[in-house]
Amino acid sequence: MTTIQIKNAMKRYDNGVIAVKGISLTVEPGEFVYVIGSSGAGKSTFIKLLYHELALTEGMIKLGRFNFGEMKDRDVPYMRREIGIVFQDFKLLPRLTVFENVAYAMQVIETPTRKIKPRVMHVLRLVGLEQKLRRFPSELSGGEQQRVAIARAIVNSPEVVIADEPTGNLDPDTSDEIMDILERINSDGTTIIMATHNRELVNMRPHRLLEIAGGRLVRDEEGGAYGNED
Amino acid sequence: MKIRTMGRHVGDSLRSLRRNGWMSLAAVSAVTVTLLLVGVFMALLLNVNRVTTQVENDVRVRVYIDANTTKADTAQLKGQLSALKDVKTVKYRSRAQELNAIVGDYGDQWKMFAGDKNPLQNVFLVDTASPKATMSVTKQAAKLDHVASASYGGQTAKRLFGAVDTVQNWGIGFTIVLLFVAVFLISNTIRITILSRSDEIGVMRLVGATNAYIRWPFLLEGAWTGLFGSLIPMAVVDAGYSVVYHSFGFTRAANGFSLFPTMPFLVWLDLALAGIGIIIGALGALISMRRFLRI
Repeated sequence: MTTIQIKNAMKRYDNGVIAVKGISLTVEPGEFVYVIGSSGAGKSTFIKLLYHELALTEGMIKLGRFNFGEMKDRDVPYMRREIGIVFQDFKLLPRLTVFENVAYAMQVIETPTRKIKPRVMHVLRLVGLEQKLRRFPSELSGGEQQRVAIARAIVNSPEVVIADEPTGNLDPDTSDEIMDILERINSDGTTIIMATHNRELVNMRPHRLLEIAGGRLVRDEEGGAYGNED
Repeated sequence: MKIRTMGRHVGDSLRSLRRNGWMSLAAVSAVTVTLLLVGVFMALLLNVNRVTTQVENDVRVRVYIDANTTKADTAQLKGQLSALKDVKTVKYRSRAQELNAIVGDYGDQWKMFAGDKNPLQNVFLVDTASPKATMSVTKQAAKLDHVASASYGGQTAKRLFGAVDTVQNWGIGFTIVLLFVAVFLISNTIRITILSRSDEIGVMRLVGATNAYIRWPFLLEGAWTGLFGSLIPMAVVDAGYSVVYHSFGFTRAANGFSLFPTMPFLVWLDLALAGIGIIIGALGALISMRRFLRI
């Protein structure tokens, strides 16, 4: 099981701006964690540090057996296979169908062909899109596209899913559906780390809450509610 | 890497070539022009080297004997010549034999110089162990008694080789410039492919594709560009060389000089052109990947 350990994480950009400073915490396997904070608080930088899109300036992040500070470049792809990532803008490939978009994540890590179809069908059923296999992203609603993105994120059975504002572009009902799916995935033992601005969701579905302000972790509270910070 | 994965990369790279249409065509054309010149120069230079070697090997020292030399002195001179360093054989030819050779080469009108009118001298034809030794042997032979003069047919050949060297150097320089242009054009084409597929590359990275997996299609696209660019030069050089070889009587070593026979020479030349094409294509792709594919 993958534990995430963060110690004194600090990120300074080339222009000298310090976006994240002195963050230390541990996320145990199977936890559901919200990351909240106002725009410019360092939330996105923090999330990008978690999947090594950005490199730490100081401190340590350890994801299972991968220590980001000591990890070699060639190990990064293998670390990424242990996490699934979901974005606000879905990042689906427009020329591929729903099935192909999800299967693509398995193909690029060279999964044997015979294993791809059953697994893709399984995750598409999980997100309720088994009827829209042959549709292209442009033929789907925003919520459906996000469900494809979630299916792609979990198809390689990662132990951690990092979702960066997954409901940011969706209406409340659709956001609820996405949350249902993420909680279902979480109930199977997958750790979920979700950055969000969505006050209602956080308050309606309480989980551990990390609040970042001015690049620092100002609150780490189990079942915490979204206050009036934003 | 699995065969299935490589098959996918090959498919991706060919699709990408098609998608980039005109840019791909420009890059392939650049390779074609470059390799056409490279092919012609290679065929030319390899054969010039071959003929040069043949000419060098054919060079022998001619030692002209003084007119009033006795038979005993002539025999002594032969001994002295044979004793010189790097001398392989020493063959005597009388002035009558020399004239016969001229008559044989240039016609019966030279017979009028037969008998006492013969202006030629008796000679020793000296073959050396290596072409390089001809000059030193000539110098040493000229200093011996009863030697009127000594010369080798190398001077003219030397001037010829000098001219050939100049052509070679310019040709090689020009070819290198063209190769650079081709590499530049290929790298630009690959850059466009990389930019047009940046979303896909981003997704690949996020789901854990290795750098090698991401790079292969671009490397293959460059290699295809080089390979396709070598096809026309292969055909043109093959056809041209065959015509030159068969039409100008180089098939027989009539005067001691011969070009490389078309087979297997053209096979090697074609393989070399394809190889150079693939290498410059892959090089162009590597340059683009280093600059534009930060993974």
